[in-house]
Amino acid sequence: MKDWRYWLAEQRGTLLAFGIFIVMFVIYTSNHPAGFTANVVQTASNKGVLLAFVAMAQTLVVITAGIDLSVGMIFLLTNCLASWLVVGTPMQTTLGVIAVLAVGLLCGAINGAIVIYGRLQPIVATIATGAVYYGIGLLLRPFPGGSVNEDLADALTGRAFGVVPASLVVLLAVVLVIWVPFSRSVLGRAAYAAGSSETAAYMSGVPIRRGKFAAYTLAGLLAAIGGLFLTFFTYTGEAAYASGNSYTLFSIAAVVLGGVSLFGGKGSAIGAIFGALAFRTIGDLLFVFDFDPLWQPLFQGVILLVAVSLGAFALFRVRNRLEWFL
Amino acid sequence: MSETTLGGIAGRVPRFIRRADPAVLTAFACIVLLLFLGSLYSRSFLSPEYLLQQLKVASFLGVIATGMMLVILLGQIDLSVPWAVAAGAMMACAAAAYGPVGVALAIPFGIFCGMLIGVVNGIGVAYLRIPSMIITLATNAVAQGLMVVYTGGFSPQDSATGAMRYLATGFAIPGVPNAVIIWALIGAAMVFVLTRTSFGRTVYGIGNRERAAYLSGIDTRRVVMIAFAVSGGLSAFGGVLLAGYASKAAQSMGDAYLLPSIAAVVLGGTSILGGRGSYLGTVAGVILITLLQSILSVMQMPEAGRQIIYGVVIVAMLLLYGRAPASR
Repeated sequence: MKDWRYWLAEQRGTLLAFGIFIVMFVIYTSNHPAGFTANVVQTASNKGVLLAFVAMAQTLVVITAGIDLSVGMIFLLTNCLASWLVVGTPMQTTLGVIAVLAVGLLCGAINGAIVIYGRLQPIVATIATGAVYYGIGLLLRPFPGGSVNEDLADALTGRAFGVVPASLVVLLAVVLVIWVPFSRSVLGRAAYAAGSSETAAYMSGVPIRRGKFAAYTLAGLLAAIGGLFLTFFTYTGEAAYASGNSYTLFSIAAVVLGGVSLFGGKGSAIGAIFGALAFRTIGDLLFVFDFDPLWQPLFQGVILLVAVSLGAFALFRVRNRLEWFL
Repeated sequence: MSETTLGGIAGRVPRFIRRADPAVLTAFACIVLLLFLGSLYSRSFLSPEYLLQQLKVASFLGVIATGMMLVILLGQIDLSVPWAVAAGAMMACAAAAYGPVGVALAIPFGIFCGMLIGVVNGIGVAYLRIPSMIITLATNAVAQGLMVVYTGGFSPQDSATGAMRYLATGFAIPGVPNAVIIWALIGAAMVFVLTRTSFGRTVYGIGNRERAAYLSGIDTRRVVMIAFAVSGGLSAFGGVLLAGYASKAAQSMGDAYLLPSIAAVVLGGTSILGGRGSYLGTVAGVILITLLQSILSVMQMPEAGRQIIYGVVIVAMLLLYGRAPASR
């Protein structure tokens, strides 16, 4: 009797994000000139999946009560790297993909090492490492260019069995291979516990350092998967500062929409995925309603502002004013 | 500036060393080291003209970092700097297009727009209790959106007024650029506010523990809000000066000031967790960052290398003295 209530309370944020996404997507497709066709779904999912990977990366770090302001730059760096490495014969392409993912892991591990073992504040540390990653990306691609194995790219951005967008299949696979095992492992529990109350977790002998380190490292990996997909999507590598910054920003928006608490310890990457898809769909609503694209940055900014302000409703439940101050 | 301070230290070592913040001393030591390395590279590095030019460039960052420091002392952060700078510059230039009244009000109007951004941040942080990092990112995005709509996605055609150019590039006192004087005035005001007024004491108090400050009968939310408004206003003023320097506003002109302003404050020994730090440290941090940028550009380092060195230096210096205590 009680079990399903606990489950509902735990999944409330995720379900809400899912609901928002469904409503937005219905509005989007019903006003789209082409309607609900496989092509529309494929384009929408390809765009949404990019942000979904970056948002998953952000979720892992946010769960530990940290923040990773370098996800967008890891995303850019791996995009630039993939435009050099993921080419040639199937064998070379495979090695290239592995190398790109390894670089993502390494970037995440560096962030984790600096934040956890160097004991620096995540905000400043990841802004600084983000500058380094952007610099390396710019070294790799001073000008947009490069290429990618187009067979692989077309396979992964096309449709599986002619109906389902392949990118959604990959997203599902990544969730099953990375997120589900992590969130059920000791390390995943430790990451949640560290975000919820680091002192209490430490006192209980939870391996908080290893848990947080795993979260930062996997975040790098997920951002790299996003970067790979960007390359598959655009066929080129480009180190555009504004693009990296906006992916970082949108990942935070997606995480908030997805019901992940920025104070840590609460939420799931699945919620963040729906948050990301919802955020992308809302952004694209402007196009189906024929607004001037100039208004898009403002529109997205306002959505972000409203989304983060929604958290303020929790203030009404505060009984003691001292709880305002953490 | 650095020489005189260090000369003073050499005069009376014991007490000064004991009282000085090791972080501030490290920052000044790094400035001397950079000047030394620079002078090895090029003779003209220690010439008064070059140093004065550096101080002038530093003063733009100095004005922006002053606001950032106030916010960081509260234990918060202001990530809306890039578009507060750009909005201040663009709005001041835009006002100049509206006849003599517009020209006269250009600078106040630019600062006012920055303060508006700051007030939104302040309401979000103080009254809605949204983490400052998040709400300032959001207002930054909104400010960017507004500016994109206003300018149509291009750099605006309006140019800076004569007064803005005079403030940024003129010489009221022969030999001393006006921008440096402005930074000195703002810095002096900041030192006064932080050390001699109850507002300043409250800022440090909130940075240490907001609950305790609240229980002492302080309206902490008002103080937080004012601090964010001041930070937004100073960012915009920095943008106004920059627009005067370049004689026009540009898209993304503020992007280059977010990381440096945070880095300058933190490298100057101000704790990112709030409640601890001195303005002298921020001055040291600003000069340090400016010199580093200048040396990298004199060495004709490409943008990519600059970003990498920049990030590495900041992480390295923070690892030297910015670490949090170990959990136990």
